[in-house]
Amino acid sequence: MFNYTFHWNQALKALPQLLDGALVTLQIALLSMVIGLAVAMALTLFRLSGNRILSGFTTAWVEIARNTPALFQIYMAHFGLGSFGIHLSPYTALLVGIAFNNAGYLAENFRGALKAIPETQARAGRSLGMTPLMAFRYIVMPQMLRIAFLPATNQAVWAILMTSLGVTVGMNTDLAGVTQALNAVSFRTFEFFALAAVIYYLIAKAVTLAARLAATRMFRY
Amino acid sequence: MIEIENVRKSFGSLEVLKGINLTVQKGEVLTIIGGSGSGKSTLLTCINGLETIDAGRIVVDGTDVHAKATDLNKLRRKLGIVFQQFNAFPHLTVLENVMLAPRKVLGQSKAEAEAMAVKQLTHVGLGDKLKVYPNRMSGGQQQRMAIARALAMSPAYMLFDEVTSALDPQLVGEVLDTLRMLASEGMTMICVTHEMKFAREVSDRVAFFHKGVMAEIAPPETLFGAPKDPELQNFLAATH
Ligand SMILES: Nc1ncnc2c1ncn2[C@@H]1O[C@H](COP(=O)(O)OP(=O)(O)OP(=O)(O)O)[C@@H](O)[C@H]1O
Ligand SMILES: [Mg+2]
Repeated sequence: MFNYTFHWNQALKALPQLLDGALVTLQIALLSMVIGLAVAMALTLFRLSGNRILSGFTTAWVEIARNTPALFQIYMAHFGLGSFGIHLSPYTALLVGIAFNNAGYLAENFRGALKAIPETQARAGRSLGMTPLMAFRYIVMPQMLRIAFLPATNQAVWAILMTSLGVTVGMNTDLAGVTQALNAVSFRTFEFFALAAVIYYLIAKAVTLAARLAATRMFRY
Repeated sequence: MIEIENVRKSFGSLEVLKGINLTVQKGEVLTIIGGSGSGKSTLLTCINGLETIDAGRIVVDGTDVHAKATDLNKLRRKLGIVFQQFNAFPHLTVLENVMLAPRKVLGQSKAEAEAMAVKQLTHVGLGDKLKVYPNRMSGGQQQRMAIARALAMSPAYMLFDEVTSALDPQLVGEVLDTLRMLASEGMTMICVTHEMKFAREVSDRVAFFHKGVMAEIAPPETLFGAPKDPELQNFLAATH
């Protein structure tokens, strides 16, 4: 019944390859967060604009990103756009899919954070002669980012883990892709995936820790 | 000069200001008293254009506040306003709170804005709190910071809306002292207040609001000494 014997040699020998893959994973996760944050900020401004079409766009984005599987979002970026003649490489499709997901979740984080900031804050800014945009930029936004920071960290971890879905669109250079390829030739399935899982875990923890440290340096109030 | 002519304002079907006429001269200190919901706060927010009006005019130094062509952001630099809630910006130090608008709105250099901020903060007795974050300060200190923040824009007029109402009783005095100081320096001020003793001491004139109407306006000796309006008589009797 249980006659699998562990052989770690092959897996450990492949460690440098796995770590190269981990770098690609980290790169995609970071890029997807940067793009996601920028888009989430734009979506938030759309929502605050008071324009029905713009805020409807934000609502649609947030609803789709949060209520459909991340896997489908990545599929859509690859095969969905493909059927419209837009052919993205696995790398780009994965990045776009995750950034789409990040933007939706982060925009929702921002919305929650904004609720915690009294309206009188922006009003005080307006009373000092600021335009609505200035009041947002200098008074509301910094407070919003602070409140949304830890939830955004969770999203960053989630982005790292989501990169593993890239194998479904043919991604073979990230940690999951490399692991998959090595497994296909060695059949040491458990060893390779266990090792990859440990690496994912360590990256996720490192990101969480780095974010905590950054938070204590950035937010001094 | 602030000229308020026949100003009407409704929220839905509730008429909150029912034709207010009032002129405040340069250098004058006017206090407004009156019961809850009588329209005092609404009038102040109409004066600086945070609220629209339905009829009448408000003219500040010749500029019609609610005219389409009026640049409200520019007009508001003239009109400092301080609210009951202190509205300290929690993510900025005391110094940064005061420097923000002069830097971003007036485009002052850092040195210029800092010099002004230090001057105003010292003036309200917060010269030793420059690098402190607002959450480390008492309500009275936060409110004095809000006053310094408004003064740093070099306004021609200061509007105060019950600035001591959210304070613990032992902190009211320090904020009222700050207002007294400004009054004695010749600042033009409109103060909505529940502090009758203060109103009596600092005001050139006191206005009594009742249900959206300015029921009486007179110098403090007259208004407190010989109130004519029956509602004012009730109000004064109730506050003693
Ligand atoms: N934005 C608003 N929307 C609807 N109603 C409002 C609004 N602001 C004020 N009101 C109503 O207008 C009336 C006058 O309010 P206002 O705040 O001017 O009174 P006030 O004299 O300042 O009273 P208080 O002493 O309690 O501060 C109140 O009945 C209030 O509920
Ligand atoms: Mg009020």
